[in-house]
Amino acid sequence: MVGKILKRLYIILMFLFLYAPIIVLIIFSFNESKSRGTWSGFTLKWYIELFRDAEVLKALYYTVIIALSASIISTIIGTFAAIGIYDMCGINKKIVLNLNYLPVINPDIVTAVSLMTLFRFLRLEFGFVTMLLSHITFCIPYVILSVLPKLQQMNKHLAEAAMDLGATPMYAMKKVVIPEIIPGIITGALMAFTLSIDDFVISFFNKGAGITNLSITIFSMARRGINPVINALSTLMFTGLLILLLVINKRSTKNLNKEVKLYEK
Amino acid sequence: MKMKWTSYPYLLWIIIFILVPLVLVLLYAITATEEHISNLEFTLDNFNRFLDPKYFDVLWVSVKLALQSTVMTLILGYPIAILIAKEKPSKRNILISLFIIPMWMNFLLRTYAWLTLLGKNGIINFIISQLGFGPLDLLYNDGAVLLGMVYNFLPFMILPIYSVLVKIDNSLMESAEDLGANKFQVFTKITLPLSIPGIITGITMVFMPAVSTFVISRLLGGGQYMLIGNLVEQQFLWVGDWHFGSAISIIMMIFILLTMAITAKFDTQKKGSRGLW
Amino acid sequence: MKSNMKTLLLMSLVFIIGFSITGCNDKPTLNVYNWGDYIDTDLITEFEDEFGVSVNYDKFATNEDMYVSIAKGGTSYDVAFPSDYMIERMIEEDLLVKINKDNIPNMKYIDNKFLNLSFDPNNDYSVPYMWGTFGIIYNKAMVDDAVDSWDILWDQKYKGQILMLDSQRDSIGVALKKLGYSMNTENIDELQEAKEELVKQKPLVYAYVGDEVKELMVGEEAALAVVWSGDAVTMINENKNLEYVIPKEGTNIWFDNMVIPKNAKNKELAEEFINFLNRPEIAARNTEYIGYSTPNTAAKELLPKEVINDKVAYPSDEELENTEVFLDLKDMLKVYDELWLEIKSHR
Repeated sequence: MVGKILKRLYIILMFLFLYAPIIVLIIFSFNESKSRGTWSGFTLKWYIELFRDAEVLKALYYTVIIALSASIISTIIGTFAAIGIYDMCGINKKIVLNLNYLPVINPDIVTAVSLMTLFRFLRLEFGFVTMLLSHITFCIPYVILSVLPKLQQMNKHLAEAAMDLGATPMYAMKKVVIPEIIPGIITGALMAFTLSIDDFVISFFNKGAGITNLSITIFSMARRGINPVINALSTLMFTGLLILLLVINKRSTKNLNKEVKLYEK
Repeated sequence: MKMKWTSYPYLLWIIIFILVPLVLVLLYAITATEEHISNLEFTLDNFNRFLDPKYFDVLWVSVKLALQSTVMTLILGYPIAILIAKEKPSKRNILISLFIIPMWMNFLLRTYAWLTLLGKNGIINFIISQLGFGPLDLLYNDGAVLLGMVYNFLPFMILPIYSVLVKIDNSLMESAEDLGANKFQVFTKITLPLSIPGIITGITMVFMPAVSTFVISRLLGGGQYMLIGNLVEQQFLWVGDWHFGSAISIIMMIFILLTMAITAKFDTQKKGSRGLW
Repeated sequence: MKSNMKTLLLMSLVFIIGFSITGCNDKPTLNVYNWGDYIDTDLITEFEDEFGVSVNYDKFATNEDMYVSIAKGGTSYDVAFPSDYMIERMIEEDLLVKINKDNIPNMKYIDNKFLNLSFDPNNDYSVPYMWGTFGIIYNKAMVDDAVDSWDILWDQKYKGQILMLDSQRDSIGVALKKLGYSMNTENIDELQEAKEELVKQKPLVYAYVGDEVKELMVGEEAALAVVWSGDAVTMINENKNLEYVIPKEGTNIWFDNMVIPKNAKNKELAEEFINFLNRPEIAARNTEYIGYSTPNTAAKELLPKEVINDKVAYPSDEELENTEVFLDLKDMLKVYDELWLEIKSHR
C-alpha cells in the first residue's frame, strides 16, 4: 500500500517537474506586470502586443513556409530514395545507409557549420534559399528511415506480379508500392515538418538578412531577458499543439473503433 | 524490379550537401588561411592548438556535464519507465504521451521557462522567501545548466527504456516469481538485463545532444560557460577563425562517432551485429 | 487515405502560393544591421512608408559578431552601425565603401566634435550615429559603499550581485583601467595582469550579459553592472534606485557611426536612410527613445531640457577628461581573443 502511494507520488512529482515551468509560463502570460515573481492582475495586453510584433509575425511566416516546403520536398526526394535504396544490395546499400545516418548522428552544430562553409564556398547569399536547403538536408534522412521499414514489410513479389501482368514500372509503383508504404511516408512527412518547425541550431548558422524563424527569434528575445510576449507566444504554441494532438488522437481512436466494428461483423 | 535509379537524385544530394561540406570542414581544419586552401598548404596547427590545456579543459567540462546529466536522467527516468510499463495498456498510453507532450514544445521555450523560474526575484525564490528563507542563487551556475539539460533530455531517456520494457513478456517475471525469486532478484536477473538495449539508446540520445549543446549553457549559464559547442559557435560567429572552429568540429564529430561505436558494441554484443558501425 | 494525402498536398501548395504572394513584393529592400534595442522601430516604418521601400532589420550583440558576418560575406547589409575601433579595422581591411556626402545634406547638423576623428579622419566612410561612455550602474538600495572606482566590482561583499559585459574589449578594458593601464595596451604583461584580475573576479560575477542587463538591473536581480551610458539612462528612467557613475580611474568614450559595407546592394537607398536618421526631428525622437547621446546639434536643441541636462548622457568636459577611445588592435587582437577565452572558460 505504502509502496503504491510512493510510486504514485513519484510519477506525480515527475509530471510536476515537466509541466510546472510550462504552466508558470502560461499563467504569467496573463500577468499585468513584467516582473517574474509577483502577480499583479489579469491582462491580455501581451497577446495584443504579440500580434502587433512585426518581428514575431515575420518569423512565424518564415517558419511555416520553410517547414511546409522542406517537408514536402524532402518527403518526395526521401520516398524515391528509399525505394531506390531498398532495391540496392551489398556494399552500396551499406554505404548509402551509413551516409544517410550521418546527419542523424552528427551533432547539430557540426551539420550547421559544415553547411555554412558549403554555402560560403558556393558564394550563395545567406537567406531563404540556404535555410531551406539546410532544412531539406536534415529532413530527408528521417523520411528515408521511416519509409524503409514499410518497404521491408511489403511483399516483394507484389510489384513484380503487377509488372508480369503488364504494368509499367511507374504504374506499378503508383498503384502497388506507394499505397503499401503510404503510412511510412506520412510519418516521415510529419517528422520532417516537426523537425523543421523546431530547428534552431542549423537555422541559426544559415540564416540571412531579414530571414529568421521562431526559434531564432525566441533565442534573441530570451537573450534580452524575460519578456511576457514570449510567454504569450508559448501559451499559444502549447495550446495549439494540445488541440492538434487531441484531434489526431480522436481521429485515430475513431478509425480504430471503425476497424473494430468491421472486424466484429 | 529495377528501381535503383529513383535514389540517384538523393545520392547527388548526399554528395553536395553531406559529403562536400564535411570535406570542406576538413580542409579548413588542416589549413591556416583561405589562401592556403587553394595552394594546398596543409598544417596540423589547429589540432595542436586544441591540445592546449585551456581547450582541453573545455572539452573535459562539456563531457563531465553531459555525463552528469546522462546519469541524472537515467536515475530519474528509469523508475518512471518501469512504473508506466507496469500499468494497464490503456492507462500507460496516456501516461507515456503525457511525458512526450512537453517534448513537442519548442526547446528554446522550455529552456526559457527555467529562466523565469530561477531568477533572484523568480517564483522559486518567491516561494522560498515566503517560507522565511533568504533568496538563493539558482541561475547562472552549474546547477542551472545541469537542470536545463536534465529537463530537456529526460524524455529521451524514458522513451527508449519504456519501449523496451513494454515488450518484455510478463509471464517471464511471473514464472521467475513462481520459481521463488524475490522482487529484487526479478529486477536484477530479468528486467534490468532485458532493458539494457533501451538504456543504451537512452544514454546516447541524452549524451550526444548534451555534449554538443551551446544554447542551454548560453541561456542558463549567463555567459560564464564555455562548453565545446560554445567554442565552435564562438570561433565561427564571433572570432571568425573558421579554421580552428572546423578543427574543433572535426574533433567533436570523431568523439561522438567513437562514443556511438562503443555503445553500439555494447548493444550488439549479445544479439549479433545488426548495428551500423 | 490517398485522397486525404492529396488534399493535404493541395492545401499546403495553396498555402505556400498564398503566402508567397503576400510575402513577395517588388519594393526595393534595405538591409540594416544594428545593435539590439538601438533604434526606435517606428522610424523604420516611417522610412518605409515615405520612400516606398521595405526594410530588413537585423541585430547583432557585439562589434565582433557584426564584423564576422560582414567580413565572411554571404549576407549583404546596406547599412551597419559599428563603433570606432571596428570602423578603423573595417576601413583597413577594405570592407567599407566611401559615402557620397552630397547625398547626406543633413550631415551639416553633426557637431564638429564628432567629425574627423582619428578612426575615420575625413569621415569618408562613416556618419556619426550615437556616442557615449561606459561605467558602473548600481542600485542605491543594495550598495551602501560609495561607488567611484572600478575596485567595487572586485568587492567580496557583492559576490553574486555583479554583472559584467559579455564583450571582450569592454571587460578586459575595465580590468586594464582598474590597474591603471591604457585600454589599448599592447603590453603582454599588462594584459596578463588584467586577465588575472578578471579570473579573480569571476566567482563574484553573477553573469556576463548583453542586452539582458537592463531587465536584470531594473528588476533588481543584481546590485552592480557595467553598462553603456545610454542603457543607463533607460534603466534609471524605469527604476529610480539606480545610479550611473564614471569611475575615477577613467573609462572609454565610444562613437557608433553608420557605415555602408562593401557588398551593399543598395548604396543610394542606404545613404537616403542615413540622411533620414539625421533629420533633426527624427534624430531627436530616436535619441529620446533609445536613451543614448546624439551628436546631432539640431536634434539636441529639440530635446527636452531634462534630457540634455542629464549628466549620464551628456557628461561635462571634466568628466570626459579621463577617457580613452578604443583603437584597432590589429595583430594584438588574437591575444585578446585568447585571453577572453581563458577568462570565460576558467572555473
